[in-house]
Amino acid sequence: MAPLILNSVTKGFGSGAPAVRDLSLTVREGRFLALLGPSGCGKTTVLRMIAGFEQPSDGAILLGERLLADGATMVPPERRNMAMVFQSYALWPHMTVAENVGYPLKVRKVAKEKARQKVREALSAVRLDTYADRRPAELSGGQRQRVALARCLVTEPDVVLLDEPLANLDRHLRQEMEETFRDFHARSGATMIYVTHDQSEAMALATDVAVMSEGRLLQIASPEEIYARPEGLVVGGLVGQGAILSLCLPPPSDRLLDWPRLRQALLEPIEGWKSAHVLVRPQDVILDGSGLPARVISSFFEGERYALRLELQDGQSLRSFSRQAVRPADMVHVVLASGWRL
Amino acid sequence: MRSSVRSGNSQPRWLFPFVVIVVLVLSVLPLARLAWTGIVSALRGDAGQLLADPALWSATLNTLTTSFLGMIAAVILGGSFAVLLTLFDVRGRSALGFLFMLPMMIPPQVTALSWIGLTGPSSTLLKAMGMAPPLGSPQPLYSVGGIALLFGVQHAPLVYLAMRAGLLSLPKEGVEAARLSGASTLRLLLDIVLPLAMPGLVAGAAIAFVSGVGNFGIPAILGIPASIYTLPTLIYSKFASFGPTTFADISIISVLITLLAVAGLSVEARVLRGRDYRTIGLSGQAAVFRLGAVRLPVEMLLWLVTFIILFLPFLALLASSLAPAYGVSLNLETATLHAYEEVIFRQSVTRSAFTNSVSLALASAFGLLVISVLLGYYIVRTKSRTAATISAMAEIPYALPGIVLAVAFILLLAAPLPILGFSIYGTIWIILIAYLSSFLAVSLKPVISAYRQLDPSLEEAARLSGAGFYRRMRDVLVPLIAPAAGSSIILVFLIACNELTVSALLWSAGTQTLGVAIYNLDDSGSFNLAAALSVLVVVMVVVLMLILELMARRLPGGALPWRR
Repeated sequence: MAPLILNSVTKGFGSGAPAVRDLSLTVREGRFLALLGPSGCGKTTVLRMIAGFEQPSDGAILLGERLLADGATMVPPERRNMAMVFQSYALWPHMTVAENVGYPLKVRKVAKEKARQKVREALSAVRLDTYADRRPAELSGGQRQRVALARCLVTEPDVVLLDEPLANLDRHLRQEMEETFRDFHARSGATMIYVTHDQSEAMALATDVAVMSEGRLLQIASPEEIYARPEGLVVGGLVGQGAILSLCLPPPSDRLLDWPRLRQALLEPIEGWKSAHVLVRPQDVILDGSGLPARVISSFFEGERYALRLELQDGQSLRSFSRQAVRPADMVHVVLASGWRL
Repeated sequence: MRSSVRSGNSQPRWLFPFVVIVVLVLSVLPLARLAWTGIVSALRGDAGQLLADPALWSATLNTLTTSFLGMIAAVILGGSFAVLLTLFDVRGRSALGFLFMLPMMIPPQVTALSWIGLTGPSSTLLKAMGMAPPLGSPQPLYSVGGIALLFGVQHAPLVYLAMRAGLLSLPKEGVEAARLSGASTLRLLLDIVLPLAMPGLVAGAAIAFVSGVGNFGIPAILGIPASIYTLPTLIYSKFASFGPTTFADISIISVLITLLAVAGLSVEARVLRGRDYRTIGLSGQAAVFRLGAVRLPVEMLLWLVTFIILFLPFLALLASSLAPAYGVSLNLETATLHAYEEVIFRQSVTRSAFTNSVSLALASAFGLLVISVLLGYYIVRTKSRTAATISAMAEIPYALPGIVLAVAFILLLAAPLPILGFSIYGTIWIILIAYLSSFLAVSLKPVISAYRQLDPSLEEAARLSGAGFYRRMRDVLVPLIAPAAGSSIILVFLIACNELTVSALLWSAGTQTLGVAIYNLDDSGSFNLAAALSVLVVVMVVVLMLILELMARRLPGGALPWRR
């Protein structure tokens, strides 16, 4: 197996702005890459180009040395040795579970006995051994998803693609399936590409997270790195889970900002400072009498704490947590322990 | 397949050329040839003689009159059935609806024959009941009014269907809300139902008009004996008395019919433009108004009308077919199956007509199945203007009156084929090609709607599993569209088997179809044989429609023409 390489890939659909613009990235063998972005950002188009359902208008996609597609030629999906879990599961309703899972083997003309063995293994890996003779219509959503996963397992594909596979499942099932995916990745060692708009899903599963917006790749890094050091307003908004303040900062400044600096930027900015966006996470907004005054906009009880939305005096909003009950329209004082310049 | 192909789509290279050839042969070439001959003859001045012929103008007038009056009858019949069966709590709605749809699928010449058997001095049924008018009194249906009446009966289902679509989209909640705010049933009908029903009514009226313009079977049987010609029967009679200007004449008349049909259809298109019948939200179940005290009388009226337009003519047909000889009175002793014996076992003409029609219908149904599966795949999977154009071209022949299509194929195929050097004119093959052209849209429609309902990822998953085009077709696509494909086979078989208009111009000795045989038997005075053959046809139609009806739950919406 070999790394998957996207080299300046661009894809346009006739009129309008291209869906994917000049996107380059390399996924090393055995990695688990999450493509994260809001809907319409082009992440699904990237996935479909890797699968071979769409051809790039420009640029190239390679698996190691092998050219999969560029603007002129392309290897059709049926010759790529990839597998995909679709958002709609894409199980064939007229085949049984075992036939669905075994179909790639049947097409590849694997000997019957061996194929049966492999189907059995794949089904037991997703704990569906006893469902082999059922039809997809008789299964629940989570079970269908696992059948689709088992279908990916049987052929030992070079790359496994997952297109928002958890979007149609309820919250409880999602956690269970995340477990299954991690297990699947560890077991198969396949390179996996996972498209999602849910940052917590991406963080929890992937070894690498690539954030996309408007057809461009904004940042690619490990989940820890991207959480700690997001680049730019869009990435900050997607993965930050915090509030973004618009502040004026001195021109050469560290990216990690402490309370004295934030306070100065908020209260006494000096003429000539440049405006910047600063990400402030709720756990860094501490209710403290020595801080700045803020008004409570809303307060929700989440179980172990209250989640607050606050408004500073200049009208910018913040998010915070509180152990004590706070009511909307209350006045509080907050200290911003830490901020990250985007 | 090579390991590297040029584009990212899922179609094999030969699919596009195949699609283009199909559409060229079945649609573009015959129509272009027709238009070309029409224009050339008009420019050469051949048209002068024809245009000076009063027969042409009286036929045009007859066509317009019968189609217009027929349209009004169809609107009254179809419209009231649509409103009553869709919106009111009439019992037995599905049975009534099915019966009301039957005339649409029964061949027009059979409808005409059965009504002749019902009225006039020589009606076996009336005589058996002692109610026949005196001999020598005229057959009332041999008139413009008679033709219009039967147009109305034959095309009422079209109006019914067009209106039902609009009425079904009536939101139940909206009606209930209006009720709560104190609106009476009458107010509701005027304010909510009428606006929803109007576009369907106009569209249905336009379709009924156009169908009347193109109808051949009814004016052929009712009009020709009384020398009342419409444009389609004028073409037929010009063709029968073949002369040097025949090709020019029939091409010009065909263009005239086409213009009338297009005028009707463009009215429909204008009315329907920008209207979306799809229901918003989950509704789709029509609101039901209560009829209250008048429910029983209304139900009785509906059944009475159904009895008059459906069962009574059929009884007359049955009576005629059982009569010992034309005009001899029928009772339990004289009833005989002689006519059936004759058409099934003795008459070589009817036996070969059975063989011809069944083989033509089977060949059309299965040939079109292959074409539709491939063409439908191309149309659904290609997102370009070419695909839209091809889809439109494939629809045109069905929208055209059959007689026009027959003329187009005569003009195209009368001369020897290029390269091959022989002509298929006069053989059964020209009928087959014309059938393939005429019923392409019938076969394509269920298949396309089945493809559209299919989640594209089902095919994509098969591609990633390594399955090439043929493999995917065999293992995934065809099994999934099988119910729709099955209905398309039965539909085409049903329509092709009973077809008269196209084969009336294209048949020659040895290649007559069932439709032609019925018409010729009637024409030569063997009314009881024609009736027997018609009874068999009606039984076949009903059986096939019932099979389709049983399949309906597994079919995509819009697959069956009588269920939208």
